[in-house]
Amino acid sequence: MLKKLLNLITLISIYLVWIFPANSADSDVELIKQNWPFSGIFGRFDKASLQRGFKVYREVCAACHGIRHISYRDLKGIGYTKDEIKIIASEYEVIDGPDDEGEMFFREGKESDKFVEPYENANLARLANNGAYPPDLSLIVKARAGGVDYLYSLLNGYKEFPDDFEASEGMYFNEFYPGNQIAMPSPIMDDIVEFDDGTEATQSQIARDISSFLAWTAEPELEERKSLGVKTIFFLVLITIMLLGVKRKVWKDLE
Amino acid sequence: MDNIEKSEIKGVLGWIDRRLPIFTFINHNLRDYPTPKNLNYFWNFGSLAGITLVIMIVTGILLAMQYTANTDLAFDSVERIMRDVNNGWLLRYIHMNGASMFFIIVYIHIFRGLYYGSYKSPREILWMLGVVILLLMMATAFMGYVLPWGQMSFWGATVITNLFSAFPVIGDYIVTFLWGGFSVDNPTLNRFFVLHYLLPFVIVGVVFLHLVALHQFGSNNPTGIDVKSEGDTIPFHPYYTVKDYLGLGFFLIFYAILVFFAPNFLGHPDNYIPANPLQTPPHIVPEWYFLPFYAILRAVPDKLMGVLLMFAAVSILFFLPWLDRHKIRSASFRPFYKQFFWLFFIDCIILGWCGAMPAEGIYVLIARIASGYYFLFFLIIMPFLSKFEKISNLPSSISAAVLSEKFEKDSD
Amino acid sequence: MKKEENIDETTESPIDGEKRDFLFFTTAGLAVAGGVATAISLINTMNPAKDVLALSTTEVDLSPLEEGQNLTVMWRGKPIFIRHRTKEEINDANIVDVERLKHKASDESRVKNPKWLVVIGVCTHLGCVPLGQKIGDSKGDYGGWFCPCHGSHYDTSGRIRKGPAPLNLEIPPYKFVSDDIIKIG
Repeated sequence: MLKKLLNLITLISIYLVWIFPANSADSDVELIKQNWPFSGIFGRFDKASLQRGFKVYREVCAACHGIRHISYRDLKGIGYTKDEIKIIASEYEVIDGPDDEGEMFFREGKESDKFVEPYENANLARLANNGAYPPDLSLIVKARAGGVDYLYSLLNGYKEFPDDFEASEGMYFNEFYPGNQIAMPSPIMDDIVEFDDGTEATQSQIARDISSFLAWTAEPELEERKSLGVKTIFFLVLITIMLLGVKRKVWKDLE
Repeated sequence: MDNIEKSEIKGVLGWIDRRLPIFTFINHNLRDYPTPKNLNYFWNFGSLAGITLVIMIVTGILLAMQYTANTDLAFDSVERIMRDVNNGWLLRYIHMNGASMFFIIVYIHIFRGLYYGSYKSPREILWMLGVVILLLMMATAFMGYVLPWGQMSFWGATVITNLFSAFPVIGDYIVTFLWGGFSVDNPTLNRFFVLHYLLPFVIVGVVFLHLVALHQFGSNNPTGIDVKSEGDTIPFHPYYTVKDYLGLGFFLIFYAILVFFAPNFLGHPDNYIPANPLQTPPHIVPEWYFLPFYAILRAVPDKLMGVLLMFAAVSILFFLPWLDRHKIRSASFRPFYKQFFWLFFIDCIILGWCGAMPAEGIYVLIARIASGYYFLFFLIIMPFLSKFEKISNLPSSISAAVLSEKFEKDSD
Repeated sequence: MKKEENIDETTESPIDGEKRDFLFFTTAGLAVAGGVATAISLINTMNPAKDVLALSTTEVDLSPLEEGQNLTVMWRGKPIFIRHRTKEEINDANIVDVERLKHKASDESRVKNPKWLVVIGVCTHLGCVPLGQKIGDSKGDYGGWFCPCHGSHYDTSGRIRKGPAPLNLEIPPYKFVSDDIIKIG
């Protein structure tokens, strides 16, 4: 009885694994897989890494990419205190209004504001970037097949154009980007950022930290989700085992 | 009308029951109800489907309190739910994965029916009501997926609604009418939200009818042999209530693993990109539960025929009780039918896989062969077997079958 | 062995019966507990979300407000009237005999710094927004605010003096985080 059910679940799992190819990256190149502290059932974010990644975002990425779904108060999740958040927010200028004269005006950011975007609208963004729109990074890790590994690989995947490649103007070669031509030049290199905690800022370290930060912006609920998951499944397994006992007891009466 | 004896329940409950017989109803249908004693775990999936429906409605209503159905605001409202609403991420992931669970459950439930001949007389209407529920589920799920207004939401909606233009003469009018405009846009989103909220309650109504039809003759059983005496049955409570709870436990574990540890496994990353009418994703794929039908749609080179065949693939289920008229219900006693059935099952998986692949190269050939077998199974094989499959000796009753099984087990 | 035990169902010992009930009740109890926990999590989604809570406090810089001027800010969806009171207004508020008020409250009890009056600008009668903040608005017979809906008059301490309103204008929770900045909520 249970065997049939298990067989079916196995079959369904095989089915699901079969669909999975539709979700992986098109490229034939295998992604550079990393061990991330937040992967796995007991995964947790490394807050120090997230804070370094945030610095990378502010100093390198924020010139072109927004993270409009994050509010400054969310930075609590990467370990900043209320006061630190207040200071960070106040470093940004937010458009507010209209005032009593009907004009829009600038004011200092508050913790309740969302992160200010680098461009007022998508068209301005394209204008400043050769027609390409630098996507918002809040969800980028969930919005790309391969997730955080894809992001890390991408940042480390810049190479010279191969001789036989027909390169378009203004594009750059990347091993992992679908089609291999990307409009963004390699954004990071050794020491482009200096880390406050003294960690050596090699390109791969920077890539690791910014990827972790963006994994957090995409899934800030990750730690709560996994810890609640462990508790819930433990509880459900316990109850199911007890139910198995109850079922057997009830059915024992029958021939 | 009916001269039912006055309820003998005492006290307040009895007072209520004599005026509105809820307790008698519950007793008769859920407690004392005689059920075949040999049901296996494949009979759990009906109650699991009902529970999943309730979960979807509850989480859906709570989500609807926070969602905004406007093209400028929809995507952001979903992100607000994920980030700012207390336990919003949990609510969203339960609802999102619940849709997948609902289809897994219902597909297994349908395959159970196919294997054990549950669609045969006198349960034809029970079966057809089930197909209606499947169709309503598909419509509901399709519209629900549009609501977050991601790239797949928008482009999936565009592709599927465009299909209706295949109909000659009136096709374009139908599509414009569906859209409420000249492309998938705000009017479309708004009406999809309303209908997505409405249809589940229609499903509840049809489920009620489905259960009434079920209780006309009671459940089928793995032998396919009718209940002949009381000895063939056991009361629903406590035997099947407790077994259903156990099944629920396993279901919830599987569901929880998805929700908490792989919430986006069955989804598509492109739906985390806000809808952009000016940029088509490289591969437009529907959710996994539509993949077999998507494969059939694309297998046919002609647009209209593809649409008709896709609808036919679901509609053909309505005619099952008349396509298969073999006297024996259960595949347990039909060795030929059994083989073709398992081939059909694998065929559905292959079709699903094809649906996920780009419609080029070898996938086209495989999809065509698989679609061919799909219809062959229903239109040719079933009627053929109805006439020519030998009727082997059946056990005389359910009890006899159960006893002889026990005898075999014990003597091993 | 199985075949022999099939008929007689009453041979369970009392201990077995107890064990069986214990298992049933424990399982049922756990299941109910799980159900309740789930229900609470789900219903909690209806409570104020983080973005709403983030806007539940507002800081206001009072320094640009000159004596005699008013400022209106929104807080939790309601208008807050802030008045930089003149010496006369403070005096008027203080000389009132508290005992004769409809809603007895001294001015002292309603302000933290008498220079600043902070009240919720919602009439305690039926919820209209009283006039008195803008230049040219009627301030009523007591120099405070006047509600045009049903004619309630509030004084320079925001207390009800005439008209149908039962209570004084409500004081929101606030505190001075510095000499010039208050945090409401």
